[in-house]
Amino acid sequence: MRRMLAIATKEFYHIIRDVRSLALAVAMPLMMVFLYGYALDMEMKNLPVGVLDDDHSPASRDLVRRMTAGHFIVDAGRLESRAEVDRGFRRDKFRAVLVIPQGYQRALSSNDLAFVQILVDGADGTTAAAVNNYLNAVIAMMNRDLVRASGGRMTPPLELRARTWYNPELASAHFIVPGLAAVILIMICVLLTSIAITREKETGTMEQMLTTPVHAWEVIIGKVVPYMGVGALDAALVLLAGRVVFGVPMAGSWWVLAAYSLLYVAIALALGLLISAVTRTQRTAMTAALMGTVMPTIMLSGFIFPISSMPWPLQALSHLIPARYYIEILRGIMLRGELWFPKQLAIMCVMAFGLLTLAVRRFQSRLDLL
Amino acid sequence: MNYASPSVRLAHLHKAYGKTVAVEELSLEILPGEIFGLIGPDGAGKTTVMRIVAALTLPDGGQAEVMGHDVATHPMRVKEHIGYMPQRFSLYPDLTVAENLRFFADLYKVPTAERIVREQRLMQFSRLGPFRKRRAAQLSGGMKQKLALACTLMHTPEVLILDEPTTGVDPLSRQEFWAILRELAASGQALLVSTPYMDEALLCHRVALMHNGRVLTAGQPHDIPAHFKHRLLEIVAGDVPRARKRLLTCGPAGIQVSRFGDRLHVVYGTADQERQIRSCLAEESAEIFTVPPSIEDTFVTLMHEGSSR
Amino acid sequence: MTRAQPEYAVLTRGLTKRFDNFTAVDDVDLAVRPREIFGFLGANGAGKTTTIRVLCGLLVPSAGEAWVDGLPISSSADQVKRRIGYMSQRFSLYMDLTIGENLEFYGGVYGLSAPEITERGTAVAEQLGLSAFRDRLPSDLPPGYRQRLALGCSVLHQPRILFLDEPTGGVDPVARRTFWDLIYDLSEGGATVFVTTHYMDEAEYCGRVSIMDRGRIVALGSPQELKRSHGAVSMQDVFLKVVQP
Repeated sequence: MRRMLAIATKEFYHIIRDVRSLALAVAMPLMMVFLYGYALDMEMKNLPVGVLDDDHSPASRDLVRRMTAGHFIVDAGRLESRAEVDRGFRRDKFRAVLVIPQGYQRALSSNDLAFVQILVDGADGTTAAAVNNYLNAVIAMMNRDLVRASGGRMTPPLELRARTWYNPELASAHFIVPGLAAVILIMICVLLTSIAITREKETGTMEQMLTTPVHAWEVIIGKVVPYMGVGALDAALVLLAGRVVFGVPMAGSWWVLAAYSLLYVAIALALGLLISAVTRTQRTAMTAALMGTVMPTIMLSGFIFPISSMPWPLQALSHLIPARYYIEILRGIMLRGELWFPKQLAIMCVMAFGLLTLAVRRFQSRLDLL
Repeated sequence: MNYASPSVRLAHLHKAYGKTVAVEELSLEILPGEIFGLIGPDGAGKTTVMRIVAALTLPDGGQAEVMGHDVATHPMRVKEHIGYMPQRFSLYPDLTVAENLRFFADLYKVPTAERIVREQRLMQFSRLGPFRKRRAAQLSGGMKQKLALACTLMHTPEVLILDEPTTGVDPLSRQEFWAILRELAASGQALLVSTPYMDEALLCHRVALMHNGRVLTAGQPHDIPAHFKHRLLEIVAGDVPRARKRLLTCGPAGIQVSRFGDRLHVVYGTADQERQIRSCLAEESAEIFTVPPSIEDTFVTLMHEGSSR
Repeated sequence: MTRAQPEYAVLTRGLTKRFDNFTAVDDVDLAVRPREIFGFLGANGAGKTTTIRVLCGLLVPSAGEAWVDGLPISSSADQVKRRIGYMSQRFSLYMDLTIGENLEFYGGVYGLSAPEITERGTAVAEQLGLSAFRDRLPSDLPPGYRQRLALGCSVLHQPRILFLDEPTGGVDPVARRTFWDLIYDLSEGGATVFVTTHYMDEAEYCGRVSIMDRGRIVALGSPQELKRSHGAVSMQDVFLKVVQP
C-alpha cells in the first residue's frame, strides 16, 4: 500500500509539473468535442438550399414548404435561371439546389411520373450526402402522403433510391455528443497511460525501480490512481460541453453519470497501461493506443454506424468495445433518464478488472523481457 | 548473520544475448566491507554481471547469490538487500532531490522516523543539503551521481551495486565520490563497482579485469602488474614523432610503440630487443628508462593474449 | 584554395558567453598554434562544451572575439564551419547505415564531390583500419571501431582544426591507444587538435592543456610545466589543486 501510494504521489508530481502535457490532456478533448461536435452538428442543420421553381404552382410551393419545415434545411432563396446555380455554388450561397421543372403539378395530378432534380455541391462530400439523403427523405414522405391521399390507387409518383449512410433518424447533436464523448474519452485516457511505463523504460528509471522490492500491482495501481483525476476532469469537461454548448438534455442524474463515467475512464486507463506494459518505446505505445481505440470505437461502438445494421461478425466484435456499453448508458441517462444498467455495469466491471489484471501480469519485473 | 560469509557469491556465471556472449564462466566472491571493482571497456560484460546480481536479468548458467539468496529463485529477497545504481542517470528529473529520496524510501518501506534521520545523514555526507528543493534535472553531473547514490542507500543495503558511477564525471567529483564509497565499505557494506577508468582500479580492494565477457585476471590491484609478462621502456625524445618513426623502421619486430605526449612507451620481450632499441635510437637525443608497468599496460597485454588464445 | 597559415589555429580574446544571468564562459583568452594537440580540461559544467560550441560557430559570443584558422567567428561562421571537424562524445553515427554509407553521407554533408567522397572515403577507411568493415553496420562493431568511424567522418573534408569532445569514453585501452596514435598522425599531418577529456592520463598526452573552472581558465601550459609549477606528480593532482570544490 505504501509503495503504491509512493508511486501514485510521484506520478501526480509528473502530471502537475508537466504543464504542457496537462494542458494538452485537458484542451485536446475539449477541442475535439467542439470541432467534431460542430462539424457533425452543422451537417444536420441549417444547410442553405436554393430553389429553382419553374412550375410556380401550389404543388411546387408545398414541396418547398415541406423541405424547409425542419431545422435541417433553410431556404436560401429563389433562383431565376440555371445560370445562377453555378454562380451560387461558387459563392457558397447554398449547398444544394432543388429544381422543380415546369409541369410538376400537372404530372402529379395526372398520376404521371413527376421529375424533381436535386443539384448537390459534390465538393463537400459529406454535406452532399447529407443533403441528398434529407431531400430524398422529404420526397419519400411526399410520395407516401400522395399515395395515401389518393386512397392507394395511385402508384408512387416520385421514384427514389434513398440510402441513409448514417444517423438514419437524422437526429441532432443529442445523439452525436454522447458517442463523441465516448470516443474522445477512451482515446485521451488510453494515450495518457500508454506512455506511463514505456517512458520509464526509455529514460531508464524503470531499471532503478525494478531493483527495489516493488510488486507489479503496486506499479500498475499506483499509476492508474492519479490519472483517474485527469480522466475524470476530461469526462466532466466533455459531458458539460455537450450539455452547455450542444444542448444535450440531461434527463437523469449527473451523479449516476459520473459514477459510470469513472468506470469507463478506469477501463481506458487500464487498457493504456496494458499497452504500456507490453511495448518498449513511447512511440510504439502511442501508435498502438491510437490504433487500438479510435478506429474500433468509431466503427464498432454504435456511435455512427448502428450496430443492428452491421454484418454479424462485426456485431460480435462490437461486444468487445467498451464504448458500446458506455454510449448505451450515456444515451440512457441523458436522453431517457434511466439510472440502472445492470448488464452494461457488469460487463464494464469485468473489463476494468480484466484489463488491470492483464496489465499486472504482463508487467515484467526483469529486464530480459523489456 | 555470519559475517565471514561472502555478501555476493557468483559461480560459473554464463549469459548470452542471442549469439553474443555477454558473460562467460565468471566466478567471484565479495566480502562485507570490500570494494570489488569490475574494470573494463564498454561491452566487456560489466553491466550484465551487475544486472544479474541485482536480479534484473537471469543468468543462462551458473549461480548467483546475494546475502545467501539465489537471484533466480528469490529475486524479491535479493532486492531487499541491495542498492543498485544503473549506468544511466535514472532518477526522476522532474522531482526534487527530497522527493526522489522520499520515493525510494517509500518503495523500500523505510519507517518515517528512520527516513527522516537517514535523509539528514545522507544529505550531510553527500553535501546535497542546500539543494533539497532543487529538481534533479538541474543538478550538475557530480551532484546527480551523489543523489543517485543517496537514493540507493536509503534502506541501508548490505550490498551496493554501482554501474560506472563515475563515467563522464570530472576528476574532482570522482575523488569525492570515491571517498564516500570508502566510507561505506568501512561501515561494512559490500560494494560491486564497475569503471572503465584503469586508474580507479587502485581505489578498490580487489578488482577483476574484464574483456569480452571474461575475467582476464583478478586480485588486489597492486598485484595486477605482476601479470605483465613483458618489459617496458619509456623514451623521452626531443622529437617524439621522429623517434617513433625511427623505432618502427629500425627497431626489432614484435615490439609495441605507443606515444604518450612527449614520450614513447615501448613494450618488448628480450634483452636482445632492448639492445636493438637502444642502438636504433642512438642518434636521437633520447633518454631511455625502464619503468614499471601500470594496470593499463597489464590490461593491454592480457587483452592481446586473450584474443590470440 | 591556398592561404598562408595563420599564426594561431584558435585565438580568443576576452571570449564571454552569458545565458540570461549565468556566465558560462568568462573572459577566456586562448592561443593555440597550428598542429598543436591542445587538451581542454575542466569540471562538469565548467564551460568547456559552451566554448567549443562558440568556436564551432554554433553559438554567438556575448562579448570578446575568437578567430578560428584566422577567421573571426562573429562574421565568418560559415567559412569557419568548413575548416573544422567536430566529433562529440555521443558519436553521431547512423546505426542503420553501413560504415561505407556513413562515410559517404558525411562526405556529402561536408560538400565533397562524388569522386572526392570515393577518394577520401577510401583513404580515411584505410588510415583508420576500417576498410575491411565497409559493408558492416556500426552496431556490429566494438565501441573502439565505432569511435574510429566517428573520427573518420569528422576528418573526411580534411579540416584544419579538429574538435574532439570526450572522444575516448568507454573504449578499451588498446582502442584508446590506437585512437591517440591517430590523433598524433593527424597532428603530424598538419591538423590542430582541440580535445576534451575526463581521463587525466590522456591530459598528459597533450602538448598543452588548459583547465577550466566556472567559465574561467585557471591553468594553462604543457603538462610538465603545470606539474612543476603546482608541485604535483600527475595531471590528476594538478586538476585537484586548481579546481575549487
